[in-house]
Amino acid sequence: MPDLIPLLSQILNGLLAGSYYLMIALGLSMIFSLGGIVNLAHGAFYAIGAYLAVTLAERIGFGGALVASPLIVALIGMVVERFLLRRFYNADPILGLLLTFGLAMVTEQTLRILYGAAPIPFSIPQELRGQVFLGDFVYSRYRLITLGITALAVLGLWILLTKTAFGKVVRAGVQNPDMVGALGISLKPYMTAVVMIGVGLAALAGVLIAPIAGVHPAMGQEIITFAFVVVVIGGLGSFWGVVAAAAIVGMTRGVAAHFYPAATEASVYLLMVLVLLTRPRGLFGERIQKFE
Amino acid sequence: MPLDKSLSRRTLIKASAGAAALGTLGAPAISYAQADAIKIGHITPRTGFLGPLGEFAAQAAQLAAEEINAAGGIMGRRLELILDDSPNPQQASAKAERLVQRDKIVALLGEISSASALAIAQVVQREKVLFINTGANSDALRGSDCQRFMFHIEAQNSMYVKAVGRSLIRDGLVSGKKWYSLTADYAFGHDLLNVAKRYMAANGGNHAGDDLIPTDLADFSPFLLKIRQARPDVVCLNLAGTQITNFLKQYAEFGLTFPVAGFGFDTALAWGAGRGNFGGTWPVVWHHLIDTPGSKAFVAGFQKKWNRMPENQAWGDYCSMKIVAQAIAETKSTDGMKIVEHFEKGAKFDLLKTREGYFRAKDHQMMMEMYAITALPAAQIKNQYDIFTSSPPVPAANESLEVIAATDDENKCTFRA
Repeated sequence: MPDLIPLLSQILNGLLAGSYYLMIALGLSMIFSLGGIVNLAHGAFYAIGAYLAVTLAERIGFGGALVASPLIVALIGMVVERFLLRRFYNADPILGLLLTFGLAMVTEQTLRILYGAAPIPFSIPQELRGQVFLGDFVYSRYRLITLGITALAVLGLWILLTKTAFGKVVRAGVQNPDMVGALGISLKPYMTAVVMIGVGLAALAGVLIAPIAGVHPAMGQEIITFAFVVVVIGGLGSFWGVVAAAAIVGMTRGVAAHFYPAATEASVYLLMVLVLLTRPRGLFGERIQKFE
Repeated sequence: MPLDKSLSRRTLIKASAGAAALGTLGAPAISYAQADAIKIGHITPRTGFLGPLGEFAAQAAQLAAEEINAAGGIMGRRLELILDDSPNPQQASAKAERLVQRDKIVALLGEISSASALAIAQVVQREKVLFINTGANSDALRGSDCQRFMFHIEAQNSMYVKAVGRSLIRDGLVSGKKWYSLTADYAFGHDLLNVAKRYMAANGGNHAGDDLIPTDLADFSPFLLKIRQARPDVVCLNLAGTQITNFLKQYAEFGLTFPVAGFGFDTALAWGAGRGNFGGTWPVVWHHLIDTPGSKAFVAGFQKKWNRMPENQAWGDYCSMKIVAQAIAETKSTDGMKIVEHFEKGAKFDLLKTREGYFRAKDHQMMMEMYAITALPAAQIKNQYDIFTSSPPVPAANESLEVIAATDDENKCTFRA
């Protein structure tokens, strides 16, 4: 069946390319689930991560930037959480939206002032270049490495959320913050940690994608809408729902690119509409009392 | 940490619409009011995938205005430049109207998106104000959609295709060869694909396939797989803006080796790809290595003011500003119609190239030299800017400047009264 091979390779590629959005979507989902803040500035942290990677890689190499950039962005996230986001957990959700919308614009303009609007050069490190062949399917070696790093990050996050005392409090806080409070546990430090982890993951994605996409001030808003769609399709509060949605979104893009290229991006929104019509909470969305 | 009752999962869905809106907000106009000044408006995209080019455009316009004022202004009057941005055709039209009606500009320059230029053209025609398009390439703007008050210093798609086409024919990549194209899915791309198909077919090329690319697409991997399966002799890009940067990086990443050519290009996008990622042959209206005194002075002036190398988009806005100032001085008038007639009579202008240029009366396209640039191998690249070599000017010195422009059969303009 030679006709099927191009389609199969599109599906396989889509499955791998889904990881492009996964780390950003997971952070978005966590921050929304626990704090009720829809973080429109999430893409901005992704962009800062990428710009830091370019700046740091000259001095400490790509490997160093891969570690340092997410850490620095997590610290920025801590400051943003402590002084800005925290004021809006109990407020009208529209205020949190406006705040993070504003943060996204301020960040984009700041990057534009500092680095200019044109994309700044950045390449895959020489030692990570090359291709992997699997029969007729060719894949970039660098993307397989990023897929491995993404898988490790996702696994680490899952262990953190399900196997540790920290994770138990966070999950309890998502379901019933009042009860957690009644037990004498303050969610504030947990929220700070969740924001740090969330934006740190976005920065990690920024570092990983910087060598294969243009590093320019608007790169954050290029990816944020898609990440949102992944969260909505996956379902709120569902860790594996977001992971599954990233893979499904990737495959949908691949199938659309094969049959009707002009709808490559539109297909994902169509998928979202279909999912929402049949499963309003998303594919694996849990029933979370406070959001109903 | 109790949450407000009004928050629901629906908020998240609405928020994704908010995220999509991030890219569509515009910036307010920046103007420096002054009595008795000659006001010129400049409008161009500053955000989105054309934003990087718009920045060069606005910087060049400011440089030109400064130079004009430093040399005593226009007929002793100060030139006042009003900058604004055009994130989409609706705003382009609204802002053009505001510049004309509220700010009383005598001429409007700029734009990069063909869809927005079309919207602006309708405004300037109604208001009888001169508009010089500095970045929109569609042939339709010089054909079925042409307007008497709109002129084009930006080359049309036909000129881009014919300029780079000569290099492709020389390299044996056209006659009897398979070409595969990726086309930006909006007015510019569709128009360019039509022009490219006509040119390649006339010269014996076989079209292996085309994929329309949504303008918000950043990951080209599905299309790289399709190109690999199609095994073309040459890959031709009808893309614009930061998508070209993404494509170049990912094409190198996937290790594809089919020759690459583009039918539209901006050097900033190649500079942004990084060492070892830029490849292929591309057409440009101007580049920073052109060896003329005018270009050298422009490059030096731009670098001094903005601390970066100017690229081809900067050239168009810089020259247009100078052209408008010269035309006002030559006609001793700021009346739009007088300047239009002056241009139509074939007034010559310095374009920082070997030969002077002029607006062709029948479609208002600037007749000028163009260039095809070819990427240097990574080992020969010495700095981040000098990453290509250039062909001599196209057309050659012994040819008419009109040989690369669209013929009447290809693209006909009839100005409505």
